[in-house]
Amino acid sequence: MSRAVSSGPVATLHAVSADTDVPAVLVQGLTFAYPDGTEVLRGIDLVVQRGESVALVGPNGAGKSTFLLHLNGILQGSGRISIFGLAVETKNLREVRRRVGLVFQDPEDQLFLGTVGQDVAFGPANLGLNEEEVSLRVEEALEAVGMLGSEEKCSHHLSFGQKKRVAVATVLSMRPDLLALDEPTSNLDPKSRRRLVQILAALPVTKIVVTHDLPLAFELCERTVILDGGRIVADGPTEQILLDERLLAMHDLELPYRFAPPTSHSCRASSRPG
Amino acid sequence: MTVPGSAVGGLNLLHRLDARVKIVGLVGFAVVVVTTPPQAAWAFVLYALTLVFLAALARLSPLAVGKRLLVIVPFVVVVAIFLPFFHPEGRVLVEWGPLRVTDRGALIFWNTAAKAVLSTWGMIILGLTTSFPELVNGLSDLRMPRVFVLTLSFMHRYSRLFLEESQSMRRAMASRNYNPRWLGQVPALGKMLGALFLRSYSRGERVYVAMVSRGYEGTFALNGRRRLRATDLAFAVFILGAAAVIRIVVAAGGF
Repeated sequence: MSRAVSSGPVATLHAVSADTDVPAVLVQGLTFAYPDGTEVLRGIDLVVQRGESVALVGPNGAGKSTFLLHLNGILQGSGRISIFGLAVETKNLREVRRRVGLVFQDPEDQLFLGTVGQDVAFGPANLGLNEEEVSLRVEEALEAVGMLGSEEKCSHHLSFGQKKRVAVATVLSMRPDLLALDEPTSNLDPKSRRRLVQILAALPVTKIVVTHDLPLAFELCERTVILDGGRIVADGPTEQILLDERLLAMHDLELPYRFAPPTSHSCRASSRPG
Repeated sequence: MTVPGSAVGGLNLLHRLDARVKIVGLVGFAVVVVTTPPQAAWAFVLYALTLVFLAALARLSPLAVGKRLLVIVPFVVVVAIFLPFFHPEGRVLVEWGPLRVTDRGALIFWNTAAKAVLSTWGMIILGLTTSFPELVNGLSDLRMPRVFVLTLSFMHRYSRLFLEESQSMRRAMASRNYNPRWLGQVPALGKMLGALFLRSYSRGERVYVAMVSRGYEGTFALNGRRRLRATDLAFAVFILGAAAVIRIVVAAGGF
C-alpha cells in the first residue's frame, strides 16, 4: 500500500497512474466526534477506485460534509484514511491537499482574494510553482470551467453560477487527482446547473460528490453511497440505490416529483469525458 | 468617504500607471507638503496646482474630488473651534470676551487646513485612479507586512457580504414587525449584532479551511512583481520632482 512520497510538490499525473492497484480513496473504521462529544462519524469504511465518480447522499446532519473534511486532513478522526496510497497524516498533508481538490458549498468562502485570477492562482502559488507555471495553471483551470478572460474581475461582481465555476477552477489549478465537491448544484438556476454538470462530467478525475440533488447522482456518478447517522447504510450502482424507494424512504431521501431516471446508457455516457 | 478602489471605468494615463509609483509618489508628495512651513503660502498654491494638473490628467470630475474632500471637514472644524480658547502669542485679530484669535492662531489653522486638504486630495487621486486589488498588490510589492495586506484584502472582499447579511437580518426583523420605538426593544438589536458577529466569525473559519485546503501554510505571494514602464517612472519623477523643487525653493528662502 505504501507509495514513495514524491519529492517535489508537483507529482505529475503519469507518476500517479503508474501504480494503478492503489485505490484513490481508502477509508477504514473512521470515527469522529466534535469536541463537545457529538458523534458525527461512527465507523466508516469506503474504497473508491481511480476514475470512479461516487455520489454521497444522505439527510441533513448525516455527516457528509464532515466526512469530506477528513479527505484532506482538515479534520482528523480516528481510523485510517489514505489517498492514492498516501496516509492522511500531518507529514503528508501538503501532498494530500494537492491531490484532493475540495470544493466547498458556498463559493463566497472559496473566493477570498481580490480578483478571480488571484483566487485561482492561490493554490498553485502555495505549491511553490514559479510565476510562469502559475499563470499557465490559471489559464488552464479557467478554460476548463469556461471562465477564461475573467482573471481581472472581482469575484463579488460575478453571478452565483460563475462563482461556483470559479470555485471549481480554484482547485483545478492544483491539478488534483480527486475532486471532492460539497453540494455543487445547490442554489443554482437550471441553466447554470446544467453548465456546471457538463463541466464536472468532462473532468477526467476521480470524484466524490456530496449532494441532495439526486438527479445529479444519475448524471455524474455510476455509484452512490448513502450516509445516515454517521454510517454508510447503502453502497452500490446509482440506479440500484436511487430507484429503491423503500431504501430512500428509510433514510429520509426521495427523488424529485415525477422524476424519470435516465436510461443507464445515457447516464453513463454523460459521466465519461470526451 | 474616500473608498480606494472606487476607480471606475475610465482608463487613462493615470489609471494605467503602476500602483507602486502612485502610492510612493502621492504619499511622498503628502510628506513634502506636511513639512513645508505654513508661511510660504505661495508654495501651497503651487502644490495645489500640481494636484489640479494630475486630477485633470486623470479626467476626474472636480465635483467627485470635492465631495470626497469633505471627509476632512470635521477635523478642520475641530481645530477651528478650539483656536479661540488657546491664546498663542501674537497680534490679536478678533476679540470677543475671553475669546480671542491671534495671528499665530490663524496661522495654525491655515497650516492644518491647507496641509489636510492637499494631502487628502492626493490620496483621493490615488483612490480614484487605482482599483482596490491593484492598491493592495502595490502595497504588498512595496513590502507592506503581509498581515496588513491580507487584512485589507479580506476587508475589501467581505465588507459587501457583511453589509448584505446585516441588511437581510434587518429585513427579517422588519418582516416580523420589529420597529424599535422605545428602549425596551433595543436588546433585539444587540442580539442581531451578536448574531452578525458569530456569522462573520464562522465565515472566517470556513474561509480559513478553504485556504488550508489549497495548501495555505501561513504565507503566500499574491502576484508576481511587474516591471515599471517609462511612463511609471516619468510619473514618479514628475510628482516627486515638483514637490521637491517647490520645497527646496522654500528652504532656500526663495520668493
